[in-house]
Amino acid sequence: MSADLSPLWEVFIRSRNGLAHRHAGSLHATDAEMALAAARDLFTRRGEAASLWVVPAAAIIASDPAEAGMLFEPTGSKIYRHPTFYEVPEDVGHM
Amino acid sequence: MSGICEPAMGAMVGSALTLVETPLLRALLARADDALILGHRLSEWTGHAPILEEELALANLALDLIGQARLLYEYAGAIEGAGHGEDDFAYFRDPPQFRNLLLVEQPNGDFAATMLRHFLYAAFADPYWRAMTAAGDATLAAIAAKAEKEMAYHLRHAAAWVIRLGDGTAESHRRLAAALDALWPFTGEMFTAEAGEAALAEAGAVIDPATLRPLWDATIDRVFAAANLARPSGEWAPSGGRAGRHSEHLGHLLATMQHLARSHPGATW
Amino acid sequence: MYTQALNTAEAPGAPVDAAAAARFQARIDAEQRIEPRDFMPEAYRRTLIRQISQHAHSEIVGMLPEGNWITRAPSLRRKAALLAKVQDEGGHGLYLYAAAETLGVAREALVDQLLAGVAKYSSIFNYPTLTWADIGAIGWLVDGAAIMNQIPLCRCSYGPYARAMIRICKEESFHQRQGFEIMLTLCRGTPAQKAMAQDALDRWWWPVLMMFGPPDAQSQHSQTSTRWKIKRFSNDELRQKFLDATVPQARFLGLTPPDPALAFDAETGHWRAGPIDWAEFEAVLAGNGPCNRERLEARRRAHEDGAWVRDAARAHAEKPRATKAQAA
Repeated sequence: MSADLSPLWEVFIRSRNGLAHRHAGSLHATDAEMALAAARDLFTRRGEAASLWVVPAAAIIASDPAEAGMLFEPTGSKIYRHPTFYEVPEDVGHM
Repeated sequence: MSGICEPAMGAMVGSALTLVETPLLRALLARADDALILGHRLSEWTGHAPILEEELALANLALDLIGQARLLYEYAGAIEGAGHGEDDFAYFRDPPQFRNLLLVEQPNGDFAATMLRHFLYAAFADPYWRAMTAAGDATLAAIAAKAEKEMAYHLRHAAAWVIRLGDGTAESHRRLAAALDALWPFTGEMFTAEAGEAALAEAGAVIDPATLRPLWDATIDRVFAAANLARPSGEWAPSGGRAGRHSEHLGHLLATMQHLARSHPGATW
Repeated sequence: MYTQALNTAEAPGAPVDAAAAARFQARIDAEQRIEPRDFMPEAYRRTLIRQISQHAHSEIVGMLPEGNWITRAPSLRRKAALLAKVQDEGGHGLYLYAAAETLGVAREALVDQLLAGVAKYSSIFNYPTLTWADIGAIGWLVDGAAIMNQIPLCRCSYGPYARAMIRICKEESFHQRQGFEIMLTLCRGTPAQKAMAQDALDRWWWPVLMMFGPPDAQSQHSQTSTRWKIKRFSNDELRQKFLDATVPQARFLGLTPPDPALAFDAETGHWRAGPIDWAEFEAVLAGNGPCNRERLEARRRAHEDGAWVRDAARAHAEKPRATKAQAA
């Protein structure tokens, strides 16, 4: 049945201007126009969107969860990147 | 104007409405019936579409059209002033009282026929409602503003499928061409105004559909070129839908649609 | 989302890495979510594929019994609402197939299993919709039962399934209400309408109670599913919740569930149903319900009749861009 395969697309929705596009889900379509139309019909039936992106799923390069430690844990110790690391006397006011 | 509507022929259980059709009421019912009957036809696809994603698309198209019909019936009821609501018009008129185009009552056929029928209609309805946004009648203009956006999308969706199927495989092209042969004769009726509607158009209340022919022709030519389709020649150009002289198909459609409502006259659902 | 990347997933029967499995269970116990490319035991993956695809099949097959009344809905308001509801079910099927695909199986393969009669779907959709009241009963009872089942799934340990369920539950909130409203309108209508409503309840009541699955003592998959936090309530617990919520609603409607043994247990505060005929459930599940053959046949026909459309769309997409540029 592999003859029946059609590409997978990822759908991103901007719910209203001012907000970023956010992943909503995925669907199948043979061409970009069909993917956009299907995204509209599938994910925006209740006024959820002001803008849509569709992206071929195969075009997404994802990080490997097995490498999450290497990629993301080293940042945990860099507490000096956060404002609460620094002490400012209360008299100085909001900073 | 003939004024009084034709008596109900072969009325089903639950007797048909008696309507005094002014030209405006008659024109409103024509547009409403187009939308309802085509919406109903599309709804017949539910659960049987060729692609799951397209289930959602067909239902959306149907819902738009049923929504347009409801607004138009509601306004028709207000114009008539006899207390009739949307369901009276939809469920309690007999086939000869329906004013829709023959095109929209044609059976779904295969997916090519359904999409082509939709394309042929949307290529007309899109510019029709856009033009109607400037209608002298404010209520109609407001309905048109909503319908215009919907039909613009319908046109895009149906045109994309006509192109895909026309360009796709030998089989899809053959099916599309067969559908075109079957449906093309019904398109002429879209551009003809009945006497009453023509008078309304002259007064600026509605649009004369004949004026939309060049826009429709341009859309048809553009999409047919991409779909490798040729306009059929042939002289048969049936009409009569606006006057209530329908194909055999409408009676069956209405028998299904109205059966339950008419079996319980006066009931609330 | 990550389907392609999962092509290298461990083969069934691959040796289980005990340490990895323990780490996995610890993550589950800590209420962490599992995402598609994370390590997961093969059994977890297969359990989810089976459950999510059955759920998806149920949504798609479930379009048929209600779709049966779209062309006959007795008012335009009801027609639009029913069409929108059945459309939602198609959408929910798609969300769920997409969630299953993140586990490394193609939707086409899952659909093939359904059409081959190998995959299961909810037994309830093998019952016929004989009158308009069945549309009310399905919304009120079947969707009501489904919600009981689905709300806990929003917290399922597998991220994509949980996210699909959140979207589905949000959209389904109108389904049960529209069903109850149909029933209420019928019950306040003519005697014929009221009789139609009671008849629908008579026919749907027991099959709906069966929807929650066999009693806990006989359920095959329950224990591991609970350990993996795929399932958070047992079949019997959910059935009881449904019963307690629904019996008062039936009374409000002035309808009587077809169970002479149905009684309120004042001590526990629960409604107690009479014995369920599990032989009927087994028969429907085995393919011998009233509509099993028709439902599958309808899905097969749609699939086969649509093959040329899918072929055409693919062929069009594969043609050189130059051809399409002319079209635009």
